[in-house]
Amino acid sequence: MKNRLLWPVLALVALLVLNVVVTPSFFSLRLQDGHLYGSLIDILRNGAPTLLIALGMTLVIATRGIDLSVGAVAAIAGAVTCTYIASGGDAWTGMGLALVLCGVLGLWNGFLVSVLGIQPIIATLVLMTAGRGIAMLITEGQIVTVDSPTFREVGAGFVVLPIAILISLAVLGLVALVTRRTALGLLIESVGVNPSASRLAGVRARTIIWTVYVFAALCAAVAGLMISSNVSAADANNAGLWIEMDAILAVVIGGTSLAGGRYSLTGTLLGALIIQTLTTTVYTIGIAPEITLVFKAVVVIAVCLMQAPVRIRVRGVRGKQGVPA
Amino acid sequence: MLKKITTAAAAVLLAALTACGSGGSGDAGSPSGNAKGDDKITMGFAQVGAESGWRTANTKSIQEEAAAAGIELKFSDAQQKQENQIKAIRSYIQQKVDVIAFSPVVETGWDAVLLEAKRANIPVILTDRAVDSDDTSLYKTFLGSDFVEEGKKAGEWLKANAAGAKNVVELQGTTGAAPAIDRKKGFEDAIAGTDLKVVATQTGDFTRSGGKQVMEAFLKSVPQIDVVYAHNDDMGLGAIEAIKAAGKVPGKDIKIITVDAVKDGMTALAAGEINFIVECNPLLGKQLMELAKKVVAGEEVPPRVVTEEGTFTVDQAKTELPNRKY
Repeated sequence: MKNRLLWPVLALVALLVLNVVVTPSFFSLRLQDGHLYGSLIDILRNGAPTLLIALGMTLVIATRGIDLSVGAVAAIAGAVTCTYIASGGDAWTGMGLALVLCGVLGLWNGFLVSVLGIQPIIATLVLMTAGRGIAMLITEGQIVTVDSPTFREVGAGFVVLPIAILISLAVLGLVALVTRRTALGLLIESVGVNPSASRLAGVRARTIIWTVYVFAALCAAVAGLMISSNVSAADANNAGLWIEMDAILAVVIGGTSLAGGRYSLTGTLLGALIIQTLTTTVYTIGIAPEITLVFKAVVVIAVCLMQAPVRIRVRGVRGKQGVPA
Repeated sequence: MLKKITTAAAAVLLAALTACGSGGSGDAGSPSGNAKGDDKITMGFAQVGAESGWRTANTKSIQEEAAAAGIELKFSDAQQKQENQIKAIRSYIQQKVDVIAFSPVVETGWDAVLLEAKRANIPVILTDRAVDSDDTSLYKTFLGSDFVEEGKKAGEWLKANAAGAKNVVELQGTTGAAPAIDRKKGFEDAIAGTDLKVVATQTGDFTRSGGKQVMEAFLKSVPQIDVVYAHNDDMGLGAIEAIKAAGKVPGKDIKIITVDAVKDGMTALAAGEINFIVECNPLLGKQLMELAKKVVAGEEVPPRVVTEEGTFTVDQAKTELPNRKY
C-alpha cells in the first residue's frame, strides 16, 4: 500500500517544486485580514469541492460502482440554494433544502443500482444528463447572483484556513473514523469484491450500496454549495462541469481500484490535491491556454504509468534476475 | 491494474460521449410544431449555451422577437460544445427549416455541416460570432458585434486613462472562440507602442469561477498588476472577488476593464469596482428576424451587419443602470 502512494506523493512534490522554481514566492504565506493568504491556500480552497466529491466517489467505487451524476447534483444544490436566497429566503434554510433534495437524488441513484440492479454507470448517467436540465429549470437558464454573507462563508469564508477545506477535511476524518475504526470499511470492501457472497455471508449488501450513493450525493451537494458560494452565484451550466471526471481521476490516482473491493482515503486526498495543484500550476507558470489540456494529459498519463502494476512487476522480475540463485 | 485503468478510461470516455450526445437538443427552449406546411417561416437556432448573463439576454431577445415577428423558432442549447451545435444544425437540416441561425461556439470546423445546409438550400445566418472559412458562400450574412473594435475601444480608453499604469493581466474567453481571439487582438493593437504591456494572459472560460481562480493565481505569480482586462463581465466579477480577498481595492489599486455591460457588470461599474466597460449588445433578435425574412424571401442582404454598441464609464453607468434590462 505504501508503495502505491509513493508515486502520487512524488508527483505532487514535483509539481510543487516546479512552481517554486518558476515562482520563488510560491510557498510564501501571510496573514491577510485575519486569514492565511497564499498559493497553497488557494490550492486547498479550490481543491475542496473536488476532494469532497472524490471522497463520496471513493466509497461508491469501493463497492464496484461509479457515480457520474455528482457534477449535476452539485449544480442542482447551488441552483436550489441561490434561487431560494434570491427569492428572499434564509441562507441556512436554502442550504438545508438543497441537501434534502440532493439526498433524495442519492436515494434515486441507490435505488436504481441496489434494488433494480441497473449497472451503476448507466443508472447514474441518467441523472448526469437530466440533472443539469433540472438545475437549468430551477434557475430558468439564468446565472442567479445572491448577496448573502452567511452563504458566502461556505465557499469563500475563512477561519484562518478556508472553511471549504475545513469541511472537506472534517468529512475525510469522519469517513476514515467510521469506515476504518469500525467494520464498515471491511463490509464495503467485501460488497465490492463479491456482492452475492457477502450477502450470503450475512452482510446487508443492498443497504450498504444504497447508503454509499446517498453519501456520494450529499458530498456532491455540499461541494456544489462551495462552488456556487465561492462566486456568490449559481451557474447551472458550468458549476461542477466535468467534476465527476476529476473526482474519478483523483480516486484512481490515489490507487483505489475501479474494480472495487479496495480503497485508500489518503490516496484520494493526494489525488484531489494533485489535480488542483495541476490547475494552479498551469495558471502560475503561464502555460498558454492552447496547450493547457495537453500539459495536464501528460502529467496524468505519467502518474498513471508510474503507478501501473505491470511496471512494478517488470522491475520485480529484473530484481529477481539480479539476485544470484 | 493496467487493464483495469484502460477499462475504466474507456468507460469514462463512453459516458462523456453519451452525455454530450444527449445534451445536444435542448434542455432549454421549446421546439414545437412541424416545419414547413404553411407560410410561416421556421427558424432553427443553435445557441452556444447559457454561459453568462449576456448569453441569456441574447437568447431571450431572440425568443421574444421571433414570437413578435411570427417566426416559428426551434431552439437548441449546445452547452458550449461544438459537436452539440453541429448535431443541432444537422437535425434542423433534416427537419427542413426555412432558415438556420447560430452563434458558432468556436471559429473553425464548420465547413462540412454548412455545406450540407447549402446543398439542402437552407440559408444560414451567423449571429454574434463569426466562422473562419475561406468559402463565404456557406452563409448569407453575419450579424453581430465587431469584437476587434471592442478590444480596441478597451485599449484606447486605457491608453488615455493609464495614469502611470504599466502591467496588464488579461482574462481570456474560451480558447479558440472568436470574441476571445478578436478582443485580444484589438486590445493588443491599441496598446502597441505604449508603456502598457500584457504581462500574463490565461483563459477563464467566460465564467465567474474561472475568472476568480485565474486571478487568484495571477495575484501571486505576477509581481505587479496595474490593470485587469477581462473579455467579459463575468470573469471581471470573479477577478473582483479575488482582488478583494488579496486585500486590495478593485477599481483603485487595480484598474478593471471588461466587455459586455450586463446588469451585474454595470452594477459593479456604478459602484466603482470596474473602471470601464465596452458594450457588446446582445439584443440582436429584432435585426435577426428582419434579416431572416429577407433571406427567406430571396432578397440580397449585406454580408456583414454590425450591431449598435457604445462604452460606459463609472458616471455613465450610474445613469444607465436603472434602465438595464439584462
